[in-house]
Amino acid sequence: MTTLTSLARAQAVATGMAQPVCTRRHVHLSDRPLVLVPLALAGEANAPLAALVGDDPQAGRLLVVSQPRNRDRRFAFAADLARIVVSYVEGYYSSVQTVPGGRGQEDRIRFADAPQLLVPNPACIGFVRMLGRSTRFRRPSGEYAVDPAVPVLGRWLSYFAERAEHPGSCLLLAATDAVALHWASGQSSVEDLNLATLMGWIDPPAGMTGAAAAAAGEDPVTWPPAGPATDPTFDNEVLAQLIAACDRPDDDARARQRAEAALQAALMTQVAPTWRLIWRAIGLLRGLPEASRVAARWDADKDSFTSYADWLRDDGPPQARRDAAVAAARRLSWLERSQASYAAQRALDDPLVMAEYRLAGEAFAGTVTAAEPGRLDSSGRRRKLRPLITVVTEDSLRMDAGATLVSPSRPSQQARVVSMAVVPPPPGPAAAAGQGSAGLVSAPPLRRTEVVLELSGGMGRALWAEPGSVPEPGERLCYTTLTDSYQPASSFPDREHTPWTHGGPPPEYVPADEDASEAWS
Amino acid sequence: MNDIDAQLGRIRGDVPPLAHNARSIAALTSNPGCARRAIMDAAGIDKPRLASYIGFPAPFGQSQFAITRGNAFEAQVKANGCAELLRLLREQLGLPIPEVSYDDLEEVGGQRSQLVRHTRTRSLLTRAVRAGGDAGTLFDHPLLRLEVGGRPVYLEPDLIAFQLGGRFHVVEIKSFAVIDGQADGDKVAAAAIQSAVYVLAMRDLLAELGTGPEAVADEVVLVCPENFSNRPVATLLDVRKQLTVLRRQLSRLARIDSLVGLQPPGLTFDLELDQAGAPHRAAAELADDVHAVPARYAPECLASCEMCFFCRDEASGLTAALGRAVADDLGAVHSVQMALGLADGTITPADDQAEAAALLREAARLRRECLGATA
Repeated sequence: MTTLTSLARAQAVATGMAQPVCTRRHVHLSDRPLVLVPLALAGEANAPLAALVGDDPQAGRLLVVSQPRNRDRRFAFAADLARIVVSYVEGYYSSVQTVPGGRGQEDRIRFADAPQLLVPNPACIGFVRMLGRSTRFRRPSGEYAVDPAVPVLGRWLSYFAERAEHPGSCLLLAATDAVALHWASGQSSVEDLNLATLMGWIDPPAGMTGAAAAAAGEDPVTWPPAGPATDPTFDNEVLAQLIAACDRPDDDARARQRAEAALQAALMTQVAPTWRLIWRAIGLLRGLPEASRVAARWDADKDSFTSYADWLRDDGPPQARRDAAVAAARRLSWLERSQASYAAQRALDDPLVMAEYRLAGEAFAGTVTAAEPGRLDSSGRRRKLRPLITVVTEDSLRMDAGATLVSPSRPSQQARVVSMAVVPPPPGPAAAAGQGSAGLVSAPPLRRTEVVLELSGGMGRALWAEPGSVPEPGERLCYTTLTDSYQPASSFPDREHTPWTHGGPPPEYVPADEDASEAWS
Repeated sequence: MNDIDAQLGRIRGDVPPLAHNARSIAALTSNPGCARRAIMDAAGIDKPRLASYIGFPAPFGQSQFAITRGNAFEAQVKANGCAELLRLLREQLGLPIPEVSYDDLEEVGGQRSQLVRHTRTRSLLTRAVRAGGDAGTLFDHPLLRLEVGGRPVYLEPDLIAFQLGGRFHVVEIKSFAVIDGQADGDKVAAAAIQSAVYVLAMRDLLAELGTGPEAVADEVVLVCPENFSNRPVATLLDVRKQLTVLRRQLSRLARIDSLVGLQPPGLTFDLELDQAGAPHRAAAELADDVHAVPARYAPECLASCEMCFFCRDEASGLTAALGRAVADDLGAVHSVQMALGLADGTITPADDQAEAAALLREAARLRRECLGATA
C-alpha cells in the first residue's frame, strides 16, 4: 500500500465510487473460465455441502451433498465434481502449439491454451486446496475404492491450489483478488474480501452510489456469504431442518425426493448471487485492455499446465503431504523472486502502477530537453557508442548517480545516471500550468530536476545510432530502476545433501495404502 | 478500589455484570488501545445486547453444526474417564503416565454453585500439590478464578488440568482440524491465548497456596481432530508469549480507574429493563453515551468485537476505517476530507502533516497525469 492507493481509497470514500488503481488488466482471462462457488458445512474439516460450477454463466450446475457427514455422499459429490472439472481440464489437451527453442535448444510442444478456475475469494482457494488434499490419495480399487475420477480431481485441485501461490499465475484466481488489484474501494482491504461489497463499490446498481451498494452487500439475506463458509443464521434456521428431512429413513421415496429438492432449492439461493457476482466481475475485468506482459505470464502457466499433464500421463505419484526441506526452500526462494518480478512487470506495463514507483522515487517521467546521439566513449581500448540525453522531470528522485535505469518503452536499452541537478522552474505563467486546475491556494511550485543519462544498447551494432533509437528532444519518457530481467536462482543442496539442521535427507515419498483409505468423516 | 467499583457499577447500571470466560478475557488482548472497549469490559457490559439495542447488532452468529461437532469431539476425547486423552498423552507426547485418577469437578455433591465448585477445585489441587509424587491425576472442569479489572471472575470450565510429577498441564480440546501437521493459524492463535488464560488462573490459584509458577507448565496440550477424521491428535503449544501479553493487558485493566476518571461523570450504559421488558433508556440517548467514550476502530475489530459495526459507522470518513495500512500511510492525516484537501492544495497542512501532505499532493498530481481529468 502506498500513498497513491491510499489517496485512491480516500477519493473512493468521497465520491462514493471505487477508483481505478490500474489502467490495464494484469490478469489473464480465459474465454471460457470454469467458475466454482463452493460451500462447506460449518465446524467440519472441509465437508463439502454444495457447489455451483460451470463455464457458462447461464448454465451453472448445482451439486449438493444431502448429508454432509456421510462419507459415501461426499465421494459421490467428489465424483460428480470430478466429471465436470476433469473433463473441462482435459478439454485443453486437444490442441498444442510449438515453441521455437532459442540458443541451441530444440523446439518444444505445449498445450495451446490452459484451463482457468475462478472462485469467489481466497478462502475458496483454501477449500480447493483441502478438497484436493482429501481426494488425491484415493484409489479406484481396494478396500475404500472410489470413482476413478476422484483421485484425478484431487491431483488437479492440488495442482491448481499450489499454482495459485505463484505471483502472476492465473490458472486459479480468486475474484476478490483479481478485482481489488485493479480498483481501490472506499472500504478497507479486510472488507474487500467480501465480493458483494467490493463489487458494490465498483459496479453499483443504477441509481445507487457504490457506498450504498456496499452497505446493502453486507446483508447476508440478499447477499449470502460467498463461501466456503455459510451464513450461521441460514444454517440454524433453514439448513438444519432440510438436512434432517433428507436424513429420515427412506421408507417414503417421494417424501425423500421432496426433501432433497427443497434442500437443493435452498442451497441454490445461497450460491446463485455469488455466481452472478463472479461473472459480473469477469465482465468488468474484460473491459480493461490487457497489459502487454500478461500473455508471457500465461505462457508460463501453459508450460506448467503441460508439464503437470505429462506427469499425470506418466503415472506420477500424487503431491506429497508436505514439501521436503530443500524443495520447500527452493520453492520459497522462487516465489520471492517471482513476486518481485511480477511487481516490476505490472509497473512496466501500466503508467498508473509505475506512478507508485515514481512517488517512491524509484522511477521518474520527464521530457527530453537535449540529446547527443552521436557521442562516443573513447576512454577504453575500443570506442563505444554512448549517447547522452538530458531529461527534465517534476518527480522527486531517490536514486544515486551511477544507477542503471530502463524505460518501459525502450526495454532493450540501458540508461546510466550521469548527473542530477535541480533546475529553476520555467519563468512566467507556465509554472502554474502544470499543476492542474487553476485557483488553488498554497500549492508550491514543483521542484524540477535535470537528469543526464548515458545510453547503451538497443541502437544497432555500428558506431552511430540507428534512427529513432535515441530519444529526441521533446519526447516524454519514463525511466525506472525496476527490472523484470532474469534473476539467477540461489543455490540449494540436492535432496540427498539436505543438511542435518533440516532433518537430513528426507525419505522418498511413496504413497501408502493408508493414505488411500484415510478417513473423511 | 471501592470507589472505582462504584463508578464501574454506575456505568453498568442496575444489571448484573456479564460473566467473563476464557474467550472474552482472551479478546481483551486484541486492540488494547481502545478505551471504549476497556471500560465496557471492565464494567462487565453486555456488549452484544448493547450493540443490538442501539441499532448495530454484532455480526457473530454460530452455526449449530459447528457447536454440535465441537461438543461431539470433546465428548469423544473425554469418554470413559478420558481414555482417549490418556492414550494420546502416552503415545504421542511420550509421557510416562502410570495409572491415573480422574476427578470430574462439574458438580460437587449435586451442587453446581460456583463458589462450592471453586472451593472443591482448590482443595483437590492443594492435595495434589502436597502429595506430589508420581501419581497422575486428571481434573475435569476445574472451576478457576482470575482477577479481571479488580474483580474475581470464574472461568467457564471447559478444560482439563492434568498433573504429572508435581507439574500441571492444561489440556485444551478444540474441534478444528490439524491437517498434515498444520492447522489454521488464526484458530491456533485463539486457542493459545485462551489456554494462556487458564495457565494464568491456575498459577494464581497455586500462588495462593504458596506454590511457584513453575508448577504449571508453559506448554499446553492442544487436542484436535487429525486430518479429515474424528481421530484426535495432541500437540504441545508454548504459550509464554501469550502469557506476557495477557498479564500486561490484565494489569492495564487493573488500572482502569485512570481511564474511567477521564470520562464524563454521568456516563452510563445502563440496560436495565422497565416493566414492559424494554430498556428504560432510549437507544439514541445510550448511543450518545457510547460516543462519549473514545474508541480506536480498525477493520480488524470486525472479527472480534461486538461493538464493531457501531464503531465502524462512527469512524466513517476517517482514514482509520480504511485499514491500518492506509492510516499509517497518511500519518497525521486523520480524515478523508483532510486527505483530499491536502492533496488538492485547498487545505494548508499543519506542521506534523507536512510530509504526508507533500506526498499526497504528489500522488494527486501523478493520478491526474495518468488518468486524465477524471481523477
